Amino acid sequence: MLIRHGDDLTENDVTPQDVYLRRREFMSGLIGGGLAVATGAAASAQTATGLKGIASPYSTKETPTGRADITGYNNFYEFGLDKEDPARNAGSLKTSPWTVKIDGHCDKPGTYDIGDFLRGNPLQQRIYRLRCVEGWSMVIPWLGVPLADLLKKYEPTSKAKYVAFETLYRPSEMPGQRRAVLDWPYREGLRIDEAMHPLTIMAVGLYGESLPKQNGAPMRLVVPWKYGFKSIKSVVRISFVEKQPRTAWNDSAPREYGFYSNVNPTVDHPRWSQATERRIGEFRRRETLMFNGYGERVAGMYRGLDLKKNF
Amino acid sequence: MDRRALDRLVYGLVWLACFAPLLWLVWRGFNNELGANPIDKLIRELGVWGLRLLIVGLAITPAARLLRQPRLIRFRRTIGLFAFAYVLLHLTNYVVTDQWFDWAAIGKDILKRPFITVGMAAFVLLVPLAVTSTNWALRKLGPVRWRKLHRLTYLIVPLGVIHYLMLVKADHRPPLIYGAIVAVLLGWRVRDWARKRRAALA
Repeated sequence: MLIRHGDDLTENDVTPQDVYLRRREFMSGLIGGGLAVATGAAASAQTATGLKGIASPYSTKETPTGRADITGYNNFYEFGLDKEDPARNAGSLKTSPWTVKIDGHCDKPGTYDIGDFLRGNPLQQRIYRLRCVEGWSMVIPWLGVPLADLLKKYEPTSKAKYVAFETLYRPSEMPGQRRAVLDWPYREGLRIDEAMHPLTIMAVGLYGESLPKQNGAPMRLVVPWKYGFKSIKSVVRISFVEKQPRTAWNDSAPREYGFYSNVNPTVDHPRWSQATERRIGEFRRRETLMFNGYGERVAGMYRGLDLKKNF
Repeated sequence: MDRRALDRLVYGLVWLACFAPLLWLVWRGFNNELGANPIDKLIRELGVWGLRLLIVGLAITPAARLLRQPRLIRFRRTIGLFAFAYVLLHLTNYVVTDQWFDWAAIGKDILKRPFITVGMAAFVLLVPLAVTSTNWALRKLGPVRWRKLHRLTYLIVPLGVIHYLMLVKADHRPPLIYGAIVAVLLGWRVRDWARKRRAALA
């Protein structure tokens, strides 16, 4: 039935009304956003690892979550299962030297130093909402580069229908990997159009500084309209593949974590509701927005797709 | 120290030990030490302490028998009531601070989320035990019926473990450890019951 409906769905059917109505407000927020970046850059210039980023129209003007919460409350099972574990244990990770292996269906595969991988791409500031599948959310001022700009250099071929990502596997520095809580290394994947979407970035910093290790140093994916676990951390491998790749959480519990994992308040996790979320720092739960409030920009990619089946 | 003073001291220590986790949680709460998501943390901690105390309560009878210290039994009610208090606070925090009296969402949770269904069932079964914990209720029911009713704990504690096991995302070890302890404590009772039955038949 839902498939039959697919053809006459418009983007407005998918975007929640309130988000749709706020689109002008969203655009007018850009000016304010630019100002925030200017002051942010001035502040970060004083720190040793200070990074500057160009303001982006994709940023939200919501107040970012405090730095202490963003860097102290993490799901990064490679460093332990408690939210406080990554901040405690990630210090052991060596992020330099760091290479990324590019393989699969592309014309320029190889193993590249992170410096070469990122070279020539000015950093942008992207203030994004992050919605965790567990029902909490944050607003994070990332610094990063559109993934599309990075991937195009390797000239993916027409066979590259999906992009697969892998996190570093190094149990000596990642104590959480000594237990088989997940099938290490952590894997994630996107459809090629999702990977090339302008909202998708490879983040290398937050709050005007290079990425803290507990947040996925030295570089991590950020896909703001999907649940947080899709935004894979400490990436060492990117593969252009033809078939939908395996992903860590889908392998672990296929009934609970789908390949798409788009934020969707109408499709509950089998064990809990996804209708609401607690924004870190707030008391009352708030309504979860379709595609985490990015529907206006991303809903088109899923036209005709049954989002209940492809959760 | 005479025997009564010693008794009172030991009882006070048990009481304090049961109360300490709550004091510690409140202290951390006021000092902003419950992390970025204090509501979630508080609910989890209250639930885990409720389960721990339920398990301690379940351990009293076997401990009293094995250690030949029948007077240990006198702590059972205190521990059981503290367990109930933690479970009640756990539930209250879910209803108030987490859901903010969103009864529609809570109703849906109870019906649609098996782990909440199980947890709620355990709580509902725990209520009559708390209510009948007074000396008056014991007299009124008579020891045989009272004991029968309070055997509900053999169902409640496993339900508590299952509730915990079902909500865990990836690390099943902690609830499985609690489950193993509960299995041992209930196993002891089955063996004890079988032995008594054999003795009675012989």
